[in-house]
Amino acid sequence: MALLEVKNLGISFGGLRAVDNVNFDIEKGQLYGLIGPNGAGKTTVFNLLTGVYRPTDGTIKLGGIDIVGKSPSEICQAGIARTFQNIRLFKKMSVLDNVKTALHNQIRYSLVTGFFHLPAYFKAEREMDEKAMEILRVFDLDGQADYLASNLPYGKQRKLEIARGLATNPKLLLLDEPAAGMNPNETAELMETIRLVRDRYQITILLIEHDMKLVSGICEKILVLNFGTELAAGAPEEVLNNPEVITAYLGE
Amino acid sequence: MESIIEQFINGLRSGSIYALIALGYTMVYGIAKMINFAHGDIIMVGAYTLYVTTVRLKMPVIPAVLFTVAVCAVLGIIIEKVAYKPLRNAPALAVLITAIGMSFLLESVALLIFNANPITFKSIITIDSVSIGGVTVSGITIVTLVVTLICMVSLTLFITKTKAGSAMRAVSEDRAAAELMGINVNRTISMTFAVGSALAAVAGIMFVCQYQSIKPMLGAIPGLKAFVAAVLGGIGSVPGAMLGGMLLGVIESISKAYISTELSDAIVFGVLVLVLLIKPSGLLGRNRIEKV
Repeated sequence: MALLEVKNLGISFGGLRAVDNVNFDIEKGQLYGLIGPNGAGKTTVFNLLTGVYRPTDGTIKLGGIDIVGKSPSEICQAGIARTFQNIRLFKKMSVLDNVKTALHNQIRYSLVTGFFHLPAYFKAEREMDEKAMEILRVFDLDGQADYLASNLPYGKQRKLEIARGLATNPKLLLLDEPAAGMNPNETAELMETIRLVRDRYQITILLIEHDMKLVSGICEKILVLNFGTELAAGAPEEVLNNPEVITAYLGE
Repeated sequence: MESIIEQFINGLRSGSIYALIALGYTMVYGIAKMINFAHGDIIMVGAYTLYVTTVRLKMPVIPAVLFTVAVCAVLGIIIEKVAYKPLRNAPALAVLITAIGMSFLLESVALLIFNANPITFKSIITIDSVSIGGVTVSGITIVTLVVTLICMVSLTLFITKTKAGSAMRAVSEDRAAAELMGINVNRTISMTFAVGSALAAVAGIMFVCQYQSIKPMLGAIPGLKAFVAAVLGGIGSVPGAMLGGMLLGVIESISKAYISTELSDAIVFGVLVLVLLIKPSGLLGRNRIEKV
């Protein structure tokens, strides 16, 4: 059974059919690419998967369980985490606190424990600090743990978003244009990091990207959307050489 | 010289009460992006609850105080769930009007139950005044200052150092992103209302012990002044609310003593206008300070 099964997914905003009849399965451990021209509905698919929008049609199953209609926080707890096309970190919080906030549901202590700083509070907070630092180390951000998120350079903010998503302990991590605005060196480094994250944390990754080098370099399977519908799906070399895909991107 | 110090300390006392109330305004604003105009009436509910528990039910002081705080915290949660939650995506004006309506509702219910005659209430704080080098400080002042200090320190620790506090900060910054990181936004908002209302209950208790009279409209004026304090300090900013409240209390007290009692409110609001002219976001407003 695939980790994520999307069947007949669709959503309308008034008369606009933003996503229509999209089907795909993602196997556990796969690195899956979602590509398509601007306005193809890629981010809308992310919003549907994470519960920001409620689909008008179709089902989304994570590990065999239907998640349609659940709230974003419930879906996050069920195991889908994401990053954003436009960075949406908690800018006024420290780098460490950004990650710790995402650890919220894994380490629990009661409100009373927290308010009165009982011993359990210190234990839990220490555990959270350690876990957060461990994640930050993977992204080479541990040296800047005390920085305000807004003071990080752009590339590192992108990394921190991935780190924060990862901290929610996802089964499936959605990356929305992780390489946007990065130079070729940064992109190459990012590719390495994405692969490393997948192997180290044994998770599945679905990413939206415009950088074809990155997509063909790391994705094992690709789905192409155009005008909200599937245009092609398959292995990268096959899909990227598909004349229809090239036409969609470059025109006739 | 002694008298100006005394006035200053008196100002800190009423400022403490304003600050405790202002914290509720500012926290709710930070999280729910709304002005909860029913917040002042929570003080009144706290005052009546304290009266019922200590005078009518003859409960001992400590349990009565804890009960009062709990009642107000729960009331805060209920108000949010009933009146504000359904309007979470409504225009700001609708929420504002609802908040004003909620304020009238609370006052009217109090009027129905206790009628308009003020109830005399004997202070539950029975600590003698202390004289230090010619400056006399009343027991209630000492208790108010100490309790406020404790509340502020624990609130700050709560917000900056605990999981629930970081959830509050995250929701205040970007509600949608926080939700996508697995934070239960509804629970976080409820918690904010509970904490804010609990602080208002504490303020209410201090207030009635000071003025020793309870009436249904009791919360309106301190509520309004605390709102001014929150704006003065920079709405959305927790340290701003603390500073704004204290500053307001001191200005009020000093102008009452040395300029004119009648003009003191005018002076207080004049200062607000002046500060907002120079710094529209309030003293500690905007980016410099984390919001809650």
